[in-house]
Amino acid sequence: MSAIKQLVEAQRPPPLPPAPWTTARIAGMGMMALWLVIGVGIILFLTTEWDPEKIEKYGPRYFSGLGVTLSLVGISIVLGAIVSIPVAMGRMSKHMLFSGPAYCYVYFFRGTPLIAQLFLIYYGLGEFRVELQSIGLWGFFRDPWNCAILAFTLNTAAYQAEILRGALRSVSTGQFEGAAALGLSRIQTYRMIIIPQALIVALRPYGNEIILMIKGSAIVAIITVFDLFGETRRAFSRTFDFQAYIWAAIFYLTIVEILRNLWNMMEKRLTRHLKR
Amino acid sequence: MEHTLSLLSFGPDGWGDQIATGVLVTMGLAICTLPFGLVAGFFLALAKQSNEKALKSAAEIYTTVFRGLPELLTLFLVYFGLQIGLRQLLIFLGVPAEVEINSFVAGMIALGVVFSAFSSEVFLSAFRAIPAGQYEGGHALGLSKAQTMYKIILPQLIRIALPGLGNLWMILLKETALVSVIGLPDILRQAGIAARVSKEAFLFFGIACLLFLVLAILSSMVIRAIEQQVEKSGIRT
Repeated sequence: MSAIKQLVEAQRPPPLPPAPWTTARIAGMGMMALWLVIGVGIILFLTTEWDPEKIEKYGPRYFSGLGVTLSLVGISIVLGAIVSIPVAMGRMSKHMLFSGPAYCYVYFFRGTPLIAQLFLIYYGLGEFRVELQSIGLWGFFRDPWNCAILAFTLNTAAYQAEILRGALRSVSTGQFEGAAALGLSRIQTYRMIIIPQALIVALRPYGNEIILMIKGSAIVAIITVFDLFGETRRAFSRTFDFQAYIWAAIFYLTIVEILRNLWNMMEKRLTRHLKR
Repeated sequence: MEHTLSLLSFGPDGWGDQIATGVLVTMGLAICTLPFGLVAGFFLALAKQSNEKALKSAAEIYTTVFRGLPELLTLFLVYFGLQIGLRQLLIFLGVPAEVEINSFVAGMIALGVVFSAFSSEVFLSAFRAIPAGQYEGGHALGLSKAQTMYKIILPQLIRIALPGLGNLWMILLKETALVSVIGLPDILRQAGIAARVSKEAFLFFGIACLLFLVLAILSSMVIRAIEQQVEKSGIRT
């Protein structure tokens, strides 16, 4: 009979073989190195070209431009949401009288570039100066800010109407039937049953639409509204310093990333009851 | 009415021929950008689903940057950045010279980069929709990785990605209008010139909008035809 007299020391596992240098790994390392070089290059560029005078002069302007961009987008999104409701109702209507015009409206604003719509409203309507003066609207259309708000509102209303329609259609008919069986009125059905479910579906597209609007709003700089991009162009045309554009890129990326993360958090929170 | 028609006629008094060349430039830019954006987007998607961490994050940085920047800003960064960069390079090489970047090329690069960032997401979700069994089947048949990709994965991938890519094409078509800002004689710029000279801004910008609409309708018809063609070759699951 033998007894264990001595325990064998536990051995460490042999070291993993070094990761092989596959093509993918080399390519990945190369590309990360490239990004590193670009990142360091941008930081070096911004620090060597750091000019306190310019920063002092243009820094506040960038922030006021950012304010203009955000208020422009905020106002248009809210106004667009209001306009989108009748448009979406028209789109879902069974009568050609309502659905036809709504379809044309959505098709036109989604099928043409926002910049062309902006030019059509700002330059195109400017041509009817006499007529507009006679009905007292010239003061409104003379201001590029108002024209930008109008164009953006009409544009985003078309997109938001489609988002709304898609979201409402995603709610199954059983929900309507259930509400009817409970004796709820049409308005109650929508307010208490359909809209809360539809909004969850619509959440992500709405977030994407806001981001698209922030990015798209840069074009107002062309009709002389000094938003973030307008201030950037002004700073560049005065200093011929390329860092003007780099700073704008940093600003835009920051807002978009903040919004995107905010939206992800919101979606996670609002859909926590759907997690299994 | 007659005045309007003469403004739109082809010939020395009318703007018809200028606007027609604008349509060709717009379509040319969109069509030239497409293959570059598709190929780059496909490889970005491959990088994003690879096991290699470095490759994955490099591709993700690319998407984050170019999806977050306004297209107009990307265009200006490319247009001015390339000019300044090339000039510095030439000074460094000892041959200082003025460099002028063609607005068509700048537009192609900027729009292609943005398109590839978005299309990589479409390709990625299409990749995820293909079950692992398809790769394993290819392996079991003794196909190499490249053959599996080309003969088994790609045909299915295209079928799944097509609706998303069609949407991106529509967006690309509309984004070409931005390149008019740096002087590309596309529909919008030609319409703008005509509007300034003839003082008929509403007419010409309205026509520009309608032309974009016609291009959108034509593209959606072509996309639908392609989808039907691809659908026919696919198996029903």
